[in-house]
Amino acid sequence: MNGKRGHSDTLTLSAGRDFSRRRFFGVLTRAAAVWGLLLNPLKAFAIRLHESPPWRKKKPYWGFAVDIDKCIGCGRCAEACKVENDVPREPFWFRTWVERYVIRKDGEVEVDSPNAGIDGFPPTQSPETVARTFFVPKLCNLCEKSPCVQVCPVGATFKTEDGVVLIDRDYCIGCRYCIQACPYGTRYFHPTLHVADKCNMCYHRITKGLKPACVEVCPTGARIFGDLSDPNSEVSKFSSENRVNVLKPHLGTQPKLVYKGMDKEVR
Amino acid sequence: MIDSHLINEFYEALERVSGYIYPNEIELQWSVLIVLYPYITGLVAGAFILASLVRVFKVDEMAPAYRLALLTSLAFLLVAPMPLNAHLGHPERAYEILVTPNTNSAMAMFGFVYLWYLTIVLLLEVWFDYRKDIVILSKTKPAPLRWFYKILTLGVDDISPRALALDDKIGRAITVIGVPSAVLLHGYVGFIFGSIKAIPWWSTALMPIIFLFSAMVSGIAAVMVIYMFSCWLRGEQIVGARMKCVDTIARYLLVSLIVSFSLEALEMIQKAYEAEEHYDITVVMLEGMLYLSMLVVQVFLGSIVPMIFLGFVRIANVHERVRKAVYAVSSLLILLGVLAMRWNVVIGGQFVSKSFRGITTYKLGIAGREGLLSAAIILILPVLILAVLVKLFPPWESADKPTEATAGDPIS
Ligand code: SF4
Ligand code: SF4
Repeated sequence: MNGKRGHSDTLTLSAGRDFSRRRFFGVLTRAAAVWGLLLNPLKAFAIRLHESPPWRKKKPYWGFAVDIDKCIGCGRCAEACKVENDVPREPFWFRTWVERYVIRKDGEVEVDSPNAGIDGFPPTQSPETVARTFFVPKLCNLCEKSPCVQVCPVGATFKTEDGVVLIDRDYCIGCRYCIQACPYGTRYFHPTLHVADKCNMCYHRITKGLKPACVEVCPTGARIFGDLSDPNSEVSKFSSENRVNVLKPHLGTQPKLVYKGMDKEVR
Repeated sequence: MIDSHLINEFYEALERVSGYIYPNEIELQWSVLIVLYPYITGLVAGAFILASLVRVFKVDEMAPAYRLALLTSLAFLLVAPMPLNAHLGHPERAYEILVTPNTNSAMAMFGFVYLWYLTIVLLLEVWFDYRKDIVILSKTKPAPLRWFYKILTLGVDDISPRALALDDKIGRAITVIGVPSAVLLHGYVGFIFGSIKAIPWWSTALMPIIFLFSAMVSGIAAVMVIYMFSCWLRGEQIVGARMKCVDTIARYLLVSLIVSFSLEALEMIQKAYEAEEHYDITVVMLEGMLYLSMLVVQVFLGSIVPMIFLGFVRIANVHERVRKAVYAVSSLLILLGVLAMRWNVVIGGQFVSKSFRGITTYKLGIAGREGLLSAAIILILPVLILAVLVKLFPPWESADKPTEATAGDPIS
């Protein structure tokens, strides 16, 4: 304080002490205003631009990858999920499902997922007209910028420190806004609990060092789960060494679920 | 145990799906109750904006309907949270929205916007406007009712000209706050839908504005219908000042209808012109399940026909009797059209699968918490509330509104 006063005195020797001090504080407040109004947002913007992804900072940070070429559409993942997580058995509620795409030579696209693929798929009609066909497992996309978290009015849907989106069943009021907001249709309204429900990456398992049930049972290794903060984890390696894509990237949800070998018809 | 009724319903719905929808999309999440929510708040905002035209913008021709518009707004506002609450999976937890709101959520703001609007704007405005009447009623009414009014005076029974002038000033100030609040209330409802990028049918920045103007249209039409109906009930001819009143209401109705219709048309043209990936499936929906409710009811019956009707009587010199009939019919059509518009937005937005490869359906049941019956009750309730309000606070006579000189004595 003293130093400052001395400094302002030397600045305006001819003027009175009060005046110089007032002027000094005037300049100071104006500078602060400029700083606050202009520079701070700029700085914040700059920081945002260079922000490193959260998995560089937090350990662990969960990610998921799907190797579409490996999926054989056996539906064991969807079945395992229903059992592991007490998902209602009827074919209207799923935390994960497998879609079959059949693209005909004339460009016609057929998609189905009867009972999520749990009971297998009916044989493809007129196979000679098929150009290509493949299976795509779907689940919560682990959106980094999750619309479901954004819209929940009470904060019952939230993102954990390790990057998973969960629902607090004791807090959800059942307004279903999050179900509307999820672009991937992975949420449903639980018919007996009357709250929103979705894939939670088997949070009870992964926090004990186990893999999610669907990953565990997949016979071909099409589902890959792991820690993105560890560059040597299977999921990190898979995602960095392959050309992967995410679903609906234009929505800016930044999914941490990536797909390898995804066709343009997959939505 | 899962409700077996629900299961059967979904199995039936499964049959009606066309194309491919995500497996969880069989169930339509927001039912007819959520259709009513924007409809009712729209009526609230619209009726209030009409009332404020009298108060703030001094459109004195509409003074006879001023108080009725205010009470209409209040009656609908009291019902507004009901469909929302009835729709919740856990209504008993609804208070959490007020206690621990997620400030990023548009829906979380509902409680605050609602409370602000109810207490700060509407109740206060009605109170200041009726203070003189309440004081008089508290002195003239028989015993039990007298106490009711006595309490409502809140202990202030000064009705000297100076006090009344102050009332008027405060009332006007509240209306000035009230107009942006009404805009906020309904624009915000539009934002609830407009901000959902997952559903392209909803996701547009125009949504709040579209909602706002259709709200004005429906609110004005509602006041028109209620005003004409109450005149008829009271055996009063709509002539002179009253005719001028409905003529003026009709003028504002036409203007807001034109703006509202243009906005909606703009939105559709934009969608068709941009023709993004979801466009093809949207067209399928428009030609199928939304054909009747959107093209026929909302666009043709609810907008074009009333626009022609109201426009015609403005240009042509037609007899008062014809004008009145046109006003009544047009207003009823508009009310129906705006209800259809809410339906088309809320239900229509959920028809198209987020995979853009298929369409689901919605069957409105009769009974049940989210059936036609409860919807009808929620729509009739505000009218009943309004009837009670009108009985308690007669909106007909007011000394400081000379245009209403011919009104009978409502107190006796
Ligand atoms: S349904 Fe539950 S989790 Fe989803 S937005 Fe509403 S309160 Fe949040
Ligand atoms: S996929 Fe859906 S449920 Fe999962 S985080 Fe994204 S928005 Fe939320």
